[in-house]
Amino acid sequence: MSETLLTIEDLVVQYRQGRKKVVKAVDGVSLTVAAGEFVALVGESGCGKTTTAQTAMRMVPATSGTIRYRDRDITNATQSEMRPIRRELQIIFQDPYESLDPRFRVKDIVAEPLEIHGLDNRDERVRAAMERAGLTPADLYLERYPHELSGGQRQRVSIAAALALEPTMLLADEPVSMLDVSVRAGILGLLNDLRTSGLGILMITHDLSTAAHFADRICVMYLGRIVEEGPAHEVIRNPQHPYTKALVSVVPQPDPEQSMQPEILQGETPNPADVPTGCRFHPRCPVATAACSSEDPPLRPAGSDGHRAACILV
Amino acid sequence: MSFVDPPQAALPDVVRPSSRVRATLSFLRHHPQAVVGAIILLAFVFIAIFGPYLAPYGEREQVGPLFGTPSSAHPLGLDDGGIDMLSLLIYGARVTLIVGFAGAVVAMLVGGTIGIVAGYFGGKIDNALMRMTDYFLVIPDLVLMIVIASIWGRSLRNIILIIGLIYWTFMARLIRSQVKVVRERAYVKRAQALGASHLRIIFKHVIPQIMPLLLAQTVLMVALAIFLETAISFLGLGDPSVTSWGKMIENAFSRSAISYGAWWAIVPPGIAVALVIMAFNMLGTAVEDSLNPRLKVSHLSRRHFRLRPLPDKEGRS
Ligand SMILES: Nc1ncnc2c1ncn2[C@@H]1O[C@H](COP(=O)(O)OP(=O)(O)OP(=O)(O)O)[C@@H](O)[C@H]1O
Ligand code: SF4
Ligand SMILES: [Mg+2]
Repeated sequence: MSETLLTIEDLVVQYRQGRKKVVKAVDGVSLTVAAGEFVALVGESGCGKTTTAQTAMRMVPATSGTIRYRDRDITNATQSEMRPIRRELQIIFQDPYESLDPRFRVKDIVAEPLEIHGLDNRDERVRAAMERAGLTPADLYLERYPHELSGGQRQRVSIAAALALEPTMLLADEPVSMLDVSVRAGILGLLNDLRTSGLGILMITHDLSTAAHFADRICVMYLGRIVEEGPAHEVIRNPQHPYTKALVSVVPQPDPEQSMQPEILQGETPNPADVPTGCRFHPRCPVATAACSSEDPPLRPAGSDGHRAACILV
Repeated sequence: MSFVDPPQAALPDVVRPSSRVRATLSFLRHHPQAVVGAIILLAFVFIAIFGPYLAPYGEREQVGPLFGTPSSAHPLGLDDGGIDMLSLLIYGARVTLIVGFAGAVVAMLVGGTIGIVAGYFGGKIDNALMRMTDYFLVIPDLVLMIVIASIWGRSLRNIILIIGLIYWTFMARLIRSQVKVVRERAYVKRAQALGASHLRIIFKHVIPQIMPLLLAQTVLMVALAIFLETAISFLGLGDPSVTSWGKMIENAFSRSAISYGAWWAIVPPGIAVALVIMAFNMLGTAVEDSLNPRLKVSHLSRRHFRLRPLPDKEGRS
């Protein structure tokens, strides 16, 4: 088993909205990512995926719980204590149109992390990172501004900048959702190649089929909690939680025999400011029982290889 | 499946330098008032710089009777001391423009700094700074002018400070609101995630982004500053040792040019002030006009990119 890089335990993150109101965007999430492992965090909009990732980067403060990187507890690390961690742990943002400064040339964008961390041989490192990100030959891109590039190329620049510091782990927050369908596979393939070369990858997505295709493990998130997790093929072929079942049912299957009846979830998308009692999925759950509105089920083993689900029927 | 989108085919030729020239030309074509404003300003700047060589007579040289009427030797007549009005007007350009520029720059530096700090850091710092700004905002300008001029004394430097003090609040609020927007941009978040210092983020990412707005506002503020300088001088709070257009108007009034019927002692400096203010306004609004929407739409918004077909998408679909 390779080394565990990121460990998140019982993470709770609250946002203040206005003067008094607090919103629990993340409510007791635990997950780990090991070197060479590709983990997908799946869930619908607003369930707290980005918050989880940004808290791991210490961009948002954790309300409670612990975050560790390798063996170091970074939950309350100061900015200067975070510095060495920030070299190892890099984030890629969803929107390649917004995440690159329009006034920077590509070479300056990719060199920025090196400058911040005071590393030498910048030219070489920039070129190496760009080649690794599939921007070859690098000379073609170095002098350009972001607006002279396509969305896919911009996201590659973003990835190159993340790779410049030779990190051990990448957090990718919906790296392809803003991109043209035609270039998505390229970016995902690149992430997969990086995983093969030993990086740990935590990819956030709301697209279960993408997760199924690339991830080793899938964590399904609903309203601030992980409701099911396990090996990707297990979660997809044998979903245990009704929410995951609903998600899987709308993914087109290559084999029509295997296709399930698409199950469209009823009810509104949940609001973390107003969490239902009991199982937080019960207002929308097609198989809810009376007990569901009072009992809040924890994650329980549901099959082999650490496949777990949080449902009283499991 | 190949995982790499073909780069060569996807890239347009680099057309940067010529496109920048083209952008400037198209700006001028679409904003003729900017051209007019710039020409007027250049003329006044020229006069301000070469004034001593251009003026036919000296700044304190009595060349005729008091309030002498306009003649071929003195096209704008003489003032209450028998000094040539045209020469005074030329000398006054320098002081007026210097005070206008310097006052606007002080307002820009003070207001810009406070706006950037408040907008970038937010929270308590923002609250405290904005409360302070509000206090300044409610003090009537006139009171501020009179109090400061009587405490610090009447000098050119103090007029510049007064102008800066009166206008920085406006700048601070404007810049703050822009910085609040820029602060939320993903590239600022990315720099934070990389461990960049606040100073680095402010100087590398925030200031360059708000620079166009800052410049346009400063140009507009020069017009306000010149107007204020005229008002301050007119109230008799100006520097007694120098000639500005405001001082000339004040002088004419206090020496009862009107009862002498000496309109020439009042109208030319009035027109000069009006012309310069108008020119700065024309230029400033044109620049603001062309930069402001860009600040919101162009390279910052993804909509913009959707509007323009990208070469690789074109090639594929
Ligand atoms: N800065 C903030 N202040 C207050 N509330 C926030 C803030 N950021 C996020 N939230 C709230 O926290 C919840 C979780 O947001 P988050 O961005 O983590 O969701 P997400 O799963 O990434 O969604 P998406 O798929 O839309 O990106 C949302 O309800 C959101 O409204
Ligand atoms: S606990 Fe009840 S409501 Fe929750 S998912 Fe299971 S069946 Fe549905
Ligand atoms: Mg998100």
